[in-house]
Amino acid sequence: MRLLRIVPDDTNFDFIRFRRISFPISALLSIVALVAFFTMGLNFGIDFKGGTLLEVRYANNTLNIADVRSRLESLDLGEVQIQEIGGDGEVLIRVAQQPGGEQAQQVVVGKVRAALGEGVEYRRIEVVGPRVSQELLSYGIVGLMMAVVCILIYLWFRFEWQFALGASIANFHDIVLTIGFMAIFQIDFDLTSVAALLTILGYSLNDTIVIYDRIREMLRRYKKMPTEELLNASINSTLSRSVITHVTVTLALLALVLFGGRAIHSFSVTMMFGVVLVGTYTSIFIASPLLIYLGVSTRAMAEKAEKEAKSANSKAERLAP
Amino acid sequence: MLYFSKWKAFAILAVSAIICLMAVPSLLSQSAYDSLPSFLQRKIVLGLDLQGGSYIVLQVDAQSVRKIRLEQLRDDARRVLRDAKIGYTGLAIQGEAVEVRIRDGQDVEAALTQLRTLALPIGGAMASAGQLDTDVSRDGNTIALAPTSAGVQARTIQAVSQSIEIIRKRIDQLGTTEPSIQRQGADRIQVQVPGLQDPSRLKALLGQTAQLTFRLVDNTMSPQQALQGRAPAGTDVLTSQDNPPVPYLIEQRVLVAGEDLTDAQPGFDPTTREPVVTFRFNTNGARRFAEATQANVGRPFAIILDNHVISAPVIREPILGGSGQISGNFTVQEANDLAILLRAGALPVPLQVVEERTVGPGLGADSIRAGLIASIVGATLVALFMVATYGLFGVIANIAVAINVGMIFGLLAMLGATLTLPGIAGVVLTVGIAVDSNVLIYERIREEARAGRSAISAIDAGFTRALATILDSNITTFIAAAVLFYVGSGPVRGFAITFGIGIMTTVFTAFTLTRLMVALWVRWRRPQRVPI
Repeated sequence: MRLLRIVPDDTNFDFIRFRRISFPISALLSIVALVAFFTMGLNFGIDFKGGTLLEVRYANNTLNIADVRSRLESLDLGEVQIQEIGGDGEVLIRVAQQPGGEQAQQVVVGKVRAALGEGVEYRRIEVVGPRVSQELLSYGIVGLMMAVVCILIYLWFRFEWQFALGASIANFHDIVLTIGFMAIFQIDFDLTSVAALLTILGYSLNDTIVIYDRIREMLRRYKKMPTEELLNASINSTLSRSVITHVTVTLALLALVLFGGRAIHSFSVTMMFGVVLVGTYTSIFIASPLLIYLGVSTRAMAEKAEKEAKSANSKAERLAP
Repeated sequence: MLYFSKWKAFAILAVSAIICLMAVPSLLSQSAYDSLPSFLQRKIVLGLDLQGGSYIVLQVDAQSVRKIRLEQLRDDARRVLRDAKIGYTGLAIQGEAVEVRIRDGQDVEAALTQLRTLALPIGGAMASAGQLDTDVSRDGNTIALAPTSAGVQARTIQAVSQSIEIIRKRIDQLGTTEPSIQRQGADRIQVQVPGLQDPSRLKALLGQTAQLTFRLVDNTMSPQQALQGRAPAGTDVLTSQDNPPVPYLIEQRVLVAGEDLTDAQPGFDPTTREPVVTFRFNTNGARRFAEATQANVGRPFAIILDNHVISAPVIREPILGGSGQISGNFTVQEANDLAILLRAGALPVPLQVVEERTVGPGLGADSIRAGLIASIVGATLVALFMVATYGLFGVIANIAVAINVGMIFGLLAMLGATLTLPGIAGVVLTVGIAVDSNVLIYERIREEARAGRSAISAIDAGFTRALATILDSNITTFIAAAVLFYVGSGPVRGFAITFGIGIMTTVFTAFTLTRLMVALWVRWRRPQRVPI
């Protein structure tokens, strides 16, 4: 049987030179993402905004969306969003947070139930009070920052600081682009989105580290090779792995997007964008070329190694009787 | 890297098999599961998003804890000063403190000494040299008693513990299966009731303090007059829950309270056929109720639940038997619920619902189906791709991934962890990255072979070099999963758990199983060239 080879052996693409295109593209995309974030904003779900969400189903084509709308609008509950989903008689009803504290949120479900009457299946009801939504939001933000800091510290221990910084910049770039994507397509931003962002962060780093690991290895081995050539060689030699892994992750995610159900749909779509599109691109075209600007070079490494060897020698001399 | 002693190989296989087998109890029917020895009775719990049910978070309001403490301090101060025969004026709650003015300046020191006894060490008498729960301060002739925030906090924590007990009693009466009631943080209680479709009754049961009191009705003036601002000392105007509410003028003094009930049952009045709640007092309650009714024949008394008058019957004759009934135009369900509330006892403080999530059984079943289909499709696609890319080594990778997934479920069962829909997504994703470790190894082997090494040496070097990378890259992903576990709740935490466990099992299988299988193959075939 002939085995599938997506990436031929011994590729030799000049990824590093491509930075003259990829950096401006990334800068532009990041600006677009930030503009989208600040102008369109994120479509906060009830986890972060508070309020009430009901998913109801009308059996056997008895759904009359106009009727549902008029019944709910007569309740005077402030902003009410009604959205038909799935086409199976299912409706998603979102009621904005009511003024008047925790207790005020509790009447909404009762009112909606009374207004919709009999013959409705309540598939999901969620009520998040103002206090909890505030906390969840701050937990989400703190969580993201904590993850970035923890990972940074770990990288700093395991690699040189240049690598840690490079990975963090690449990371930041991933999160900015993904948040921009969520703003532009107004994807529900809730707790699962934070989970998606954290996973994207983990994945993207995973990828970056595989390449960085190789760069570090090459730096130790080829002390005379020009830096750009060394970086290119590292990326090229891990290219086959990057591509194959991304195919497998894409396959797994594709299954989740297509069959995973609506409850995790925004999660799967966000992951698809973040991991498959951004993550791979970042580790190859951003994270690795960045190292040049951060002062990683074969010469610097060689000098450092020499210095370390010297200090080790002098230490040894001092220790000698 | 390719040498395994027999013992080591055996240990690897045994550990993997045992962990995988831990998942088996979760697949058994309930009766088979119950027949297992207790140390094997560990299984994966389906999250509420999969099995349907209600999740409710209740909060103890620190403000009401403080208010209750202030009222208690006021009453205690009155008692203490009266017992010590110290004259005072203006004993009242002012903002966040109880203030009292001592009439005679010479008594202030004595009053201070007496009032200081009301400040208790936090953590009870056992805690030595701890902080006090009340600040007692003096300003001229005025003494202020202010609950400290540490004291209020300790009481809040205590209130949560007491409330959990009472909530458990109340929910147990609903007859639902396996409700879970847990403390969440310092001032919250998380209630999960699987299978519950309409939480409105549950919320009604939990939202009531259920403080029952029997008190006399004051007949010296009409409630309307009292409402106009001339209520006699020691009385309150309370209303019924009728529409429109009927006001009553009620004495503050409590004849008997709910603590003195030993039983309450729903029933029917023999003459009117109306639903009622019959109750029975304990000895102490029965004696006090008998004395009170003997002394007040002909006067109405009121049965009051959470500051609402349920009914106000006239005492026709002394009630000596220690039992009675409450009628108040109840429906059968209301009578039932009231009996539950009275049996379970009163909550120490009011609780507020701050979060509620309910999933119907229909959506839960749909989610399970969706998760299952996505897992099967995802795993099949990945497995086919791996075989297409790596042939026999792809099969080895697939076996390792399958064992990996088995181990994830085994560990979940061992931990008694909850599986949610995002959790299933975590497993699917793990399949996606678990193969990455194999890909890293295989690609490295390919490279080493291309660099001119012999097959066995290339395989050996491939493992050695790739494993370091696998460790590095997985630790960062694991950090993200750990943070997510820490900040997430509910379904998201479910994702963090499966994802985190998945990373650990991935590293484990890469270091052991994949390597073992490849090593066995190498020993068997003695390959001249790398087959990938």
